[in-house]
Amino acid sequence: MTSGFEPARGGGVVISLSGFEADLLRSLASQLVELLRNEVATPGAVDPFEAMLDFSGPTTAPEDPVLARLFPTAYPDDEEAAGEFRRFTEGGLRDTKARTAALMIDQLEEAGLPPVLTGDDLWVDVELDEASAQAWLRGLTDVRLALATRLGIEEGDEDFWAALPDDDPRTHVHDIYEWAGFLQETLVHALWR
Amino acid sequence: MTIVWNDPVNLMSYVTYVFCTYFGYSKKKAEKLMLEVHHDGRSVVSSGTREEMERDVQAMHEYGLWATLQRDDL
Repeated sequence: MTSGFEPARGGGVVISLSGFEADLLRSLASQLVELLRNEVATPGAVDPFEAMLDFSGPTTAPEDPVLARLFPTAYPDDEEAAGEFRRFTEGGLRDTKARTAALMIDQLEEAGLPPVLTGDDLWVDVELDEASAQAWLRGLTDVRLALATRLGIEEGDEDFWAALPDDDPRTHVHDIYEWAGFLQETLVHALWR
Repeated sequence: MTIVWNDPVNLMSYVTYVFCTYFGYSKKKAEKLMLEVHHDGRSVVSSGTREEMERDVQAMHEYGLWATLQRDDL
């Protein structure tokens, strides 16, 4: 298993991931891209010219709980202002988040992760400059928010997760959530040094 | 005002890092705000014009923090 991110010699950060871990991260990032692009923010605009002229975005919160968490309501007590804010920000935020997740996938593959993982002795060293490292920080946050929302993570529920039997499917997902948290923690510290 | 709310997911180190990086706050100030979020459930992290606050809230959402706007006169 990886020991997390470390500061790289020439600036930026570096991480060694096992093939399994790199593949897992790619799969999580792809799911995020799919989710962000699935429920279309500006329905109807398919023609690029039309899309550019279409300034309208959604005005109500997304139905999917993960998307609702990624794009919270900015004015909790003012529906009209909240709708306006969402209309002007959600489309752009979706694009940024989807591009960030796609960047993570590209960088994992550039670092040597094959399209289909075979064998279990592969390790990939991912080197990120400062800007990419910042993007990964946000991408890992989105992955963690998505996993936490699906799991139903709550404040102070550590005992509940620790007591779950190994054969509960949530146990495995929670392990992945914790692992993503470990990656993020080491990334923050590597950037701070 | 820009308000950041506590959530059970975001790491304390990450929240502090975001306050330092985005707002340019000292680590000490960023930690104080992060602890407010953690212990009181929320913290006012910036104030200014409506346009500025909307920009800050949008940026916080980009970082995955749960942020909302509150008008000063409310």
